[in-house]
Amino acid sequence: MDRLYAARRRRNAITMALSVGATLFGLGWLVLILGVLLYEGFSGLSLKVFTEMTPPPGADGGLLNPIVGSLMLTVIAVLIGTPLGILAGTYMAEYGRHDRLTSVVRFINDILLSAPSIVIGLFIYELMVAPMGHFSGWAGAVALAVIVVPVVVRTTEDMLMLVPDTLREAAASIGLPRALMITRIAYRAAKAGMITGVLLAIARISGETAPLLFTALNNQFGSVNLNAPIASLPVVIFQFALSPYADWQKLAWTGALIITFTVLALSIGARALSASGKQS
Amino acid sequence: MVDVALHGGAAVTAEVESRSRVLGRLRLTDAAFRNLTRAAALAVLAILGGVMLSLVSGALPALREFGFNFLIEERWNPVTEKFGAIAPIYGTVVTSFIAMLIAVPVGLMIAMFLTELCPMRLRRPIGIAIELLAGIPSIIYGIWGLFVFAPFLQQYVQPALIAAFGEIPILSTLFAGPPYGIGVLTAGLILAIMVLPFITSISRDVFDAVPPMLKESAYGLGCTTWEVIRYVVLPYTRVGVIGGIMLGLGRALGETMAVTFVIGNAHKISGSILAPGTTISATIANEFTEAVGDLYTSALIALGLILFVITFIVLAFARYMLLRIEKRIG
Repeated sequence: MDRLYAARRRRNAITMALSVGATLFGLGWLVLILGVLLYEGFSGLSLKVFTEMTPPPGADGGLLNPIVGSLMLTVIAVLIGTPLGILAGTYMAEYGRHDRLTSVVRFINDILLSAPSIVIGLFIYELMVAPMGHFSGWAGAVALAVIVVPVVVRTTEDMLMLVPDTLREAAASIGLPRALMITRIAYRAAKAGMITGVLLAIARISGETAPLLFTALNNQFGSVNLNAPIASLPVVIFQFALSPYADWQKLAWTGALIITFTVLALSIGARALSASGKQS
Repeated sequence: MVDVALHGGAAVTAEVESRSRVLGRLRLTDAAFRNLTRAAALAVLAILGGVMLSLVSGALPALREFGFNFLIEERWNPVTEKFGAIAPIYGTVVTSFIAMLIAVPVGLMIAMFLTELCPMRLRRPIGIAIELLAGIPSIIYGIWGLFVFAPFLQQYVQPALIAAFGEIPILSTLFAGPPYGIGVLTAGLILAIMVLPFITSISRDVFDAVPPMLKESAYGLGCTTWEVIRYVVLPYTRVGVIGGIMLGLGRALGETMAVTFVIGNAHKISGSILAPGTTISATIANEFTEAVGDLYTSALIALGLILFVITFIVLAFARYMLLRIEKRIG
């Protein structure tokens, strides 16, 4: 009896120790990766990074054109993807809550949400790059927009579902048409959550590389023409990191530091926002 | 009606008319908004349809040329335009398998820690920290893997593995040297770190949803924490945990940049997991812009189609499982 009890206690102690170990293991990677990023990237961080173009090998330079390119691609992608996502999410939560269409869209949207992004790149290649005959910033922005849509659809639907029905009934009882009820009342109530969705989408696309490799490609010449190939931070990191030149690799680390901390700041900000939205 | 008597006909008709005009306009904008949102919902469907269609049409030339052999042929030769997909398919499956082998037990252990052991005050911060691992862009894993992790494995871990398993029959082929640093194992390990947060956060959510009464009655019988998890929590949440694992697997199968950096990009199937290999997504990322000739491009798109079909099946299964547990937990 005592032996059995001791064995059970021992087994419990072992598994509990393992679970603590697993947690430390998981946290360790985060610390390790962020530590290496800071160590390798921080020394390269200077004003030059933000004011000078990418250099040829062996010369001095910064990351101005890929930063500008990334900003342009992200802004356009969000401008295309957000309205589409919000409208689709609105249909699912407000009009077609019990529709067949809604459940199909929800399923498809979830698939899109975790579809490999390189496949999205191939899709836009077939849709835009091949017919137009050249790589372009527009194609890159549309590829990113396709990644934005499912994130925004998902959060919009979830957040609108949280809006209490009594609020909708109150609006209906004073004779407010449905469209106004949604735009003036439901959207306002769900605002924090919907902004969270957009922030998460921005975080998601600002590190995306794969779909840009053969849509926006890259451009060494500081071009901001969206009809031509355009530089972006992730693609430049990809090329510079795999190059044999030490100063290019250094710039790649600095770029990596900039992207990572932007993305982490965005996702922590999104969390803070959604947490404050839920309390109120 | 009283109004009519008091004011007389003309004013009333004007009032009624303007009122019905306003109402009509409202009804119109209402219908317009409804149709607009409906169109957006349909557009989401169209995007997925578009992805499928474009992949199929892009892959057609290669599939027509090679037929079923495309799936089982190892040769990948751009010069003679002979392409086969088995090496990247094999690499994709093996790296994902290694990743799941590590991430599933570790992820479940962390979820267990977060739901049963961790002090309340630390639950949120630790949960968020683990989820931040999912937020780090995959290209960062790639550059970290190439410059930090692979050299570390090459210097310390792989020589030890080769020495340790060199004499044992099956394991000696699995861990045949030389230690390159980059290769299938390295890619698998990095994928494990990347999918860990997905498995952890879904397992934690479903563990949290187990009715406290069930757990309390088990504790009341004198069960240890491990026994409660093993015999109450896990059986109750099995479907959801499988859903989470499949979601992680879907992620591992499609991951591109991290793998591209460290897999070594060799189009061959090798018995050793220390050897360089390739995956579907790494092949596409590396070769697509350099692909000359329609057949080469088409073969790469065909690879993309295969990847999409595999991940679609895995993700659909994940969603089905998660939906089932959602219905039960409510």
